[in-house]
Parts: sequence; C-alpha cells; structure tokens
Amino acid sequence: MKAVVTVMLKTGVLDPQGKAIGQALHGLGFAGVGEVRAGKVIELELAETDPAKAKASAEEMARKLLANTVIESFKVEIA
Amino acid sequence: MKAAIVVFPGINRERDMAIALETCSGHKPRMVWHKETDLSGLDLVVIPGGFSYGDYLRCGAMASQSPVMGAIRAHAARGGHILGVCNGFQILTEAGLLPGALLRNAGLRFLSMDCHLRVERADTAFTGHYQTGAVFRSPMAHGDGNYFADDATLDRLEGENRVAFRYVTPSGETTAAANRNGSARNIAGIYSENLRILGLMPHPEDLVDPLMGGTDGKPLFDGLVAALAA
Amino acid sequence: MAPQPNKRDVNQALAREFGLSADEYARVLDIMGRTPSLTELGIFSVMWSEHCSYKSSRVWLKTLPTKAPWVIHGPGENAGVVDIGEGLAAIFKMESHNHPSFIEPYQGAATGVGGILRDVFTMGARPIANLNALRFGDPALPRTKRIVDGVVRGIGGYGNCVGVPTVGGEINFHPSYNGNPLVNAMTVGIADKTKIFLSAAAGIGNPVVYVGSKTGRDGIHGATMASAEFGKDSEEKRPTVQVGDPFTEKLLIEACLELMATDAIVAIQDMGAAGLTSSSVEMAGKGGVGIELDLDHVPQRETHMTAYEMMLSESQERMLMVLRPDRQDVARAIFEKWDLDFAVIGVLTDSGRIVVKHQGEIEADIPLDPLAEQAPLYHRPTEETPKRAPLGEVADPVGLAAALEKLIACPDLASRAWVWDQYDSTVGGQTVKRPGGADAAIVKIEGRKLALALTTDCTPRYVHADPEAGGAQAVAEAWRNITATGARPLAITDNMNFANPEKPLIMGQFAASIRGMSAACVALDFPVVSGNVSLYNETEGKPILPTPAIGGLGVLEDAAQAVGLGLAPGLDLVLVGGTKGWLGQSLWLREVAGREDGPPPPVDLAAERFNGDFVRGQILEGHVRACHDVSDGGLLVAVTEMALGGDCGAHLLPGPAGVVAHAFWFGEDQGRYVLAVQDAAAVLQAAAFAGVPAMRIGSSGGAELTLPDGATMSLIALRRANERFFPALMEPTG
Repeated sequence: MKAVVTVMLKTGVLDPQGKAIGQALHGLGFAGVGEVRAGKVIELELAETDPAKAKASAEEMARKLLANTVIESFKVEIA
Repeated sequence: MKAAIVVFPGINRERDMAIALETCSGHKPRMVWHKETDLSGLDLVVIPGGFSYGDYLRCGAMASQSPVMGAIRAHAARGGHILGVCNGFQILTEAGLLPGALLRNAGLRFLSMDCHLRVERADTAFTGHYQTGAVFRSPMAHGDGNYFADDATLDRLEGENRVAFRYVTPSGETTAAANRNGSARNIAGIYSENLRILGLMPHPEDLVDPLMGGTDGKPLFDGLVAALAA
Repeated sequence: MAPQPNKRDVNQALAREFGLSADEYARVLDIMGRTPSLTELGIFSVMWSEHCSYKSSRVWLKTLPTKAPWVIHGPGENAGVVDIGEGLAAIFKMESHNHPSFIEPYQGAATGVGGILRDVFTMGARPIANLNALRFGDPALPRTKRIVDGVVRGIGGYGNCVGVPTVGGEINFHPSYNGNPLVNAMTVGIADKTKIFLSAAAGIGNPVVYVGSKTGRDGIHGATMASAEFGKDSEEKRPTVQVGDPFTEKLLIEACLELMATDAIVAIQDMGAAGLTSSSVEMAGKGGVGIELDLDHVPQRETHMTAYEMMLSESQERMLMVLRPDRQDVARAIFEKWDLDFAVIGVLTDSGRIVVKHQGEIEADIPLDPLAEQAPLYHRPTEETPKRAPLGEVADPVGLAAALEKLIACPDLASRAWVWDQYDSTVGGQTVKRPGGADAAIVKIEGRKLALALTTDCTPRYVHADPEAGGAQAVAEAWRNITATGARPLAITDNMNFANPEKPLIMGQFAASIRGMSAACVALDFPVVSGNVSLYNETEGKPILPTPAIGGLGVLEDAAQAVGLGLAPGLDLVLVGGTKGWLGQSLWLREVAGREDGPPPPVDLAAERFNGDFVRGQILEGHVRACHDVSDGGLLVAVTEMALGGDCGAHLLPGPAGVVAHAFWFGEDQGRYVLAVQDAAAVLQAAAFAGVPAMRIGSSGGAELTLPDGATMSLIALRRANERFFPALMEPTG
C-alpha cells in the first residue's frame, strides 16, 4: 500500500522559493499566476494493507520526522 | 571543562570546533559518534556544523532522531550546557530543545562570508568574556539560516531576554542589509529558558587564531572555559 | 567459451554509434578473433574513447616535464603527488566536467567536484582544498546566466556539503564558450608521504571489493559523450548525466581514510568516467594480473540491469578496491559503520584477462594487454597558428580614470565576491588567505605551521593569439601567483581544454601550448604531475578559445609569512619587473579601444624566474606587507585591486618618460609584481643589487586613488563599479 505525504510550509511562513518560482513564471510570460507555494511530496511503500491503519501510521511518521510542525503542515493520502 | 563534540554522519565542522576548544581549554574534546548513548560526566556538549544526513528532508531533521539525542536530552535535563552551531542549531530546533526553525536563506543562496554579531547579554556561560552590546565578527556559511518563529514565540524570546546574538552592521545596528539570511528580528542565536543551551548559525570557532584572520570568536570559548571550569 | 550474444547485433554500425571508427572496430575484431558481445564492445568503446585513452593528445603529453626531486608520483596515477616536507605529501589534480555542465549545469559541476575529490582521497589523502577554473559564454545571453547559476550552485552544493573549503578559482567570459562552458575542478589533499595508495592490483586470488553507492543507469556512455562534439541533439543526451550525492561522498571519504589507516588495502581506485570498466581494467592492467567480476554481487539501485549497463554506468560515489583477504572483515565493519555498501564482486586471476559474469553467463572476456597496448594512438596533423602582426601605436581614447572605471567593471575583472560568497571557504579552520585575499589561496596544514599556496590560471585570449606564448604564460602566471604570497612553487596540474583535435589548426594549438608550457615548466622548475585533457569543445563547428588551465601548488614553511594583496596605509608601492607598455591582447585594448588584436605579451622566462625569486626573497625576509602580480588589466588595475582589497587608497606617481601613460598603466607586460613596503629605498637597492628592474610608483593611504595625471577616484565609487557586474547579471531584482 502506498502513502503519499504532501508537506507544505504553513500559511504565514515566508516561502522564498515559491516566490522565486512565481517571479520566474511571470518572467516567462505566464499571466494570471497568483501566489506560488513550493512544498514536497514523499511517497512511502507500506506493508500495511488496512487503509485506515496505513494512514494513521503515515501521519505518525509525518509528525515525527517528515514534517516540522513548527513551520510545516502535511496531508496524507493513501493510494 | 569536560567537553564533547557529537558527530553525526555528514557533519563537517567537528575538526574546526575541536581546534577551537583545544586552543581555549588546552584539552582535546571527546568526539562522540551519534550512535553513542551515554554523555554523563560532561560539562559541555557541542553539536557542530555540517550537513548531517546531507541536509536531506530538512536540515537537522534526521539527526534530531538519532540515538545520541536521548543522551543529549538527558544532559540538558541535568542542567548541562549545550552549544549548537549552524547545523547544530538546526538540530537543536528540530529536536525541540530550542524554539523556532531555520528556513532557507531569504535570497535562496548559500551565504559564506563574515558577518557581525551583537552580544545581547554578557551574563551567560557563553558570553562572559564579551560585553553586553559588543559587536564581533564571525564567519558564517549556510544555506538555511533564516530564523523563524511565530510572533508569540519571538515576543517571548525577547521578553525573557533569550536572544543571544543579532546580525548587525559593524557599528552595531540591526539593519536589513546586515541580516543577509532574512532572520526574524535579525536573530542569529538564541538560548534555552535556563540559558544553558545556545544555538547560533555563524561559526565563531573559525575565528580563534590571528593567522586565520582574527580572534573575534575566541572570547566565546574562553568564557565557556572560565564558566565551566570544574 | 564465447560470451552469449546480447540482444543488439554487434556490428560496425553499432561500433560507430559507440564512437569507434572503422579502423578501431577492425582492431577490436582482430584482438577478439570474433565478433564481440555488446558488453565487450562497450568496454572497448569507453577504454578507447578520447577521455580514457588520450589517443589524440598522448604523443604531446609525453613531452611535458614531469620530474623534480620533490615529485613522488607524476602523471599516470589518479593524481600527482609531491613532497612538501615534514614527512607529508600534497596530492592534487584538476579535471574537467565541461560537457555535463552544459547539459545540466548544477549536476555537471557538482559531480565534477565529486569526481576530482575521489581522485585525490583514493590515494590516501584527506582533501583540504578545492579550486576551480570556469569559462562561460557571452553574459548577455540568457543561457549563460542559467549556466553560471547552475555551475556556481553545483560547485557550492557539493563542496560545501562534503566540508572541503573552496578557496580559489578563476572565471572568464567569452562568446566562444557560448555553447561550451568549461568547468575545471581541482582538489588538493594531504597524506603521509609513506602511505600513498596506488591503483595497481596485486595478489592472485585477492578479493575485488566494491564500496560506496549503489549502481544505477546513470551516465551510461558519459566517457564517450565527453569525447564528442556537441550538435543540435545535445538536449536529448540529458539522461546520461549523473546525479551527485555529496553526503555519500563525505561518508566515503571518512570510511576510506579510516580503512587506509589499517593495512587492509592492496590497491584502490575510484570509479570515475566509464565506472566499473575503467577502474577494473586499469587496476588489473597496471598490476599485470587478470580480473574476474561477478556482476550478480554489484549493489544495484535499479532492477533488471544488464551487464552492459553495469559495466558502463557512471553512478557516482563508488570505489573499487583490492583487499588483503584476511582483512576483509575489518574493511566490511568500517563501511557498515558508515552505512555504505560493501560487496565482494570479483577476484584477481592469473589469466591476464577481464572476465565479466552475470547471471551465470560470461558477458565479456577480453585480454587486458592488447586492450591497453593496442589502444589507438594518433599523430594528428597540426597547423601553426599564424603569428599576429605587431599592434603599432594605439591612441588613448578616454584617459586613465575612465578606462580604469570601465576595466574594473568588465566581466573578466569585476569582483567575484558574488561567486565566492556561495562557496564555504573556511570549513576546516585552516584557510589563512580566502578567495580574493591574496594572489594564491593559503591553506595551512592542521596542527603545523606548514601551508600550501594554491591557484588556477590561464589567459585563453593569449593562447588563442599565440598558443606557445599563451601556454608559457599560463604556467608563468600560476608560478607568479604562488610567488606573490611568499610561497615556493612546486608543481602543477593541467587541464587542457581544446576544440576538435581532428582539425589541424586546433591540434596545432594543442601542440604549441604544450611546447610553451614545457618551456615554462623547465625554466621555473615547476613540473606537471597530473592532468586531464578535454577535447571536442565546440558546438556546431564553433571552437572554444584554447584553454590550458593550470592549477599550481606551492609550499610555505610558515603560514605566518604569507602576504596578501590588500594595501595598508603608510606604505610605498614598488613595481618589480620591466614595463614596455605591451597592449597587444590586453583587456584595455578589448574593453576600452574595442579591439581584440595583436600578439600577446611575450614571457621572458629567465626574467620571470629572476624577478619572482627576488620578490619571494623580499617577502620571506619580512620586507613586504602586501604583494600582487600584474596580470589582466595591467598595473593600474593591479594597484586598484590592492586598494580595494585593503580598503586603503593610494597616490600614484607619473610613469617613466619613455612609455606613454596608458601603455604604462594598462599594458600587460609579464613577470611583474607590485609590492607594498615600509622602506622603498631598501627594496630598490636590493633590486638594483640583484639586477632586477624595480621602481617606486606611489604610496598608500587615504580613501581614494590619486592617478598620476592628478585625477582622483574614491574607493567607494571604484568598489561600486567593481562589484556591480555579478549581482546585476544574476540578481537583477535584488
């Protein structure tokens, strides 16, 4: 079973990388791009077969290591 | 002063730190591999700079889960002194031993240069050989040194006088230009509540020898030796 | 038993695709006595590529002087080794990663740094310094900006993470590098001179051990890519670029050095270009033994890899070792401690052949001697570069002040601080002179007074105008930069970057550069101990300027004697060396008069040696507070750099009557230094006694530069002009 953990900087935390990407997109002529936020996606292959348990376990991993909850929020999806 | 330097895989300023400690204390520090779990009997534990675990995932994240961290927490609980420099500061925040986090530098580029630091209080074990308000020069070298904490935390740090150093101009002003990495309120280093844990981004350990361009960083180590002499 | 045929039919067409000519393929058939397997063809093609075989350059490289009493190992090992005294050896080399850096600048540059680090620590040295020599295209092109950004980030990203300070380097811009940037990386390490590790395998039956990262499909055919001209399809070659992992490299350095402190290693070599193929073939070949590999045991990152892919993979951060069988467990424990793969993948045999097995099949079985001895060797036709007509009189269109302001702001002279500020130059705590602080970087040996002086140099526009004079100048400038710190120059590494050697004019550039370099090496006692050749540096038929980059190494018995280039107030400025006012190929001519013309300044090697030995003597006797060689931009630029370096102004006196002012102040005559001294009279007297031309040109102090014509320029304004270029190019919004 695969868990996909998306980690993003919390709203309110300055994201210079997102800002730079936004500026670059404007520079390339893409109009109408508002705020850009950059995060990361972590894919986990899990032995667990129960989706609820897999999700709980991935959330535990995110809290403990994958995200720093001082600055980041996360979302877990089971695929 | 019984001192140890903790070495995680990917740490690379442990030798610099060992030289600084030996220069100022006359004793070689103990080098501790991150799989060790006993740090009893030490006055000072140093987490040096580098790229523990390649800075992968987040700077300091994986090191903060290392076996030795239990012993470091125990050392802290005993009231022991801890110095975290650069990656060491990042590890201490990731471990929750210091508040806040270190984000990518505001300009998104690695910054390797000298900066000027203002000593915000001179009554801790780390700053006893400086004067309050003194400005000293220090090399810095990091990609993720942009100190972040929410406003409540920042207010609390300032209210409790726990800001150790700020990035300033050579004459001591906290300008935006002096704050190259974009840190909140120009913060370069902070203390724990009991003032025995210090985390800072710059590298005073690389400026303890006139041959390397100056001795601005030496008082920090001299102060520690004086404060922690058995 | 003949190897099983692979899926693809091996024939001359495939051989051509692999970069082998019809003649070369015929030679393969002759050696094998049958049609080779795909894996065998792959092995031949990479071993006989320009990159691994030096087939076009070898005849010329052999003519370089490589010996001196202090040379321990010259070219032929992974890196050069010189005796620096106190029982220590310095191990160093420079290597190019040009093609990969064009295709993917960040990873190309990063893996270039990683590769050269491995060449040095594989010999038992702890790397203590990195340098580089970079050439980029026209800064006005958006592509140039992208390449500069990626290369600088890549060098920093890798070097900073492994914790080896990047202490020096040089950067030029020229349109000839538009489609072909040059990224030359140099590493210097220190070892106990009695514990140098070599690559020659020995001991029939000894295990062949693979350590480091796992093998993936990275960079297959990178070595042949590095030996081909770029065309329009370069973009499609992207998948062959490797990705660097500096974290693993750092672990590998520590694990290898820990293992090297034991007696477990018989031979060791990194897996660089052509990976497992070149390392196993070269180790066995040098040792005169056979080698048998079982690829089933190779740590693999991807599934279903074929023997061909594993033998050709250029996955980074891997090493091959031959161990003493009774020390295998000691070695395994060290690598396990550092979380690195450790696998016995083969054994040394007495067969004189390389035999590669995979899943029970023999995939390759090649005799080693013919593979090495019958490697192609070309005496390619050469054509001399025509001599440039003398320049004649050139009028000064703008005056000294305007010319100076323009020159110090131009891409080739502008402050490189924006670049250096992204490289960790202090890690290790031994950097005595950081980038920009002295003509050569000074790095101390931990726990000793002993220090090394390190520099990289080349002036490609000189080499292009006159390859022989330019080759000599590159060596002389490296020698001069080391001398200007007070250090004694010992040896060089060279990185020969040229265009397509199949064109006689290009091959002629190569041959003449080597002649010039050789003459300089001999005259200056400055032998070549290692090097690398990068050919076919052209895109769509447009060649780069010939660029024989020189990495120089010198030694200083006491680091405290090193002098920097920054001025202090209250000193006299003394020019050492003769000045005729040579404007041919000068930056003044290009930037101010708008001409790239004339012959480059000649290098009088005897005078070079004489002047340099005098300057070094003055420094070591303690008479010199700052010293800077006079190179690009000439005398006035040199003085300005000293003023900005020390944040201290200067007052300059008029030059001699016999030389017109702009030629005196901007001419690029060689063999010259500016010394800042307490007592000019004593230095001038000593110079007169030694027969070295010297004259007082001014004094230091204040916050401005007063030119000999009375014009004044504030240091603030000069600094602003000098520091504008890189930030304006790279961070236009910041």
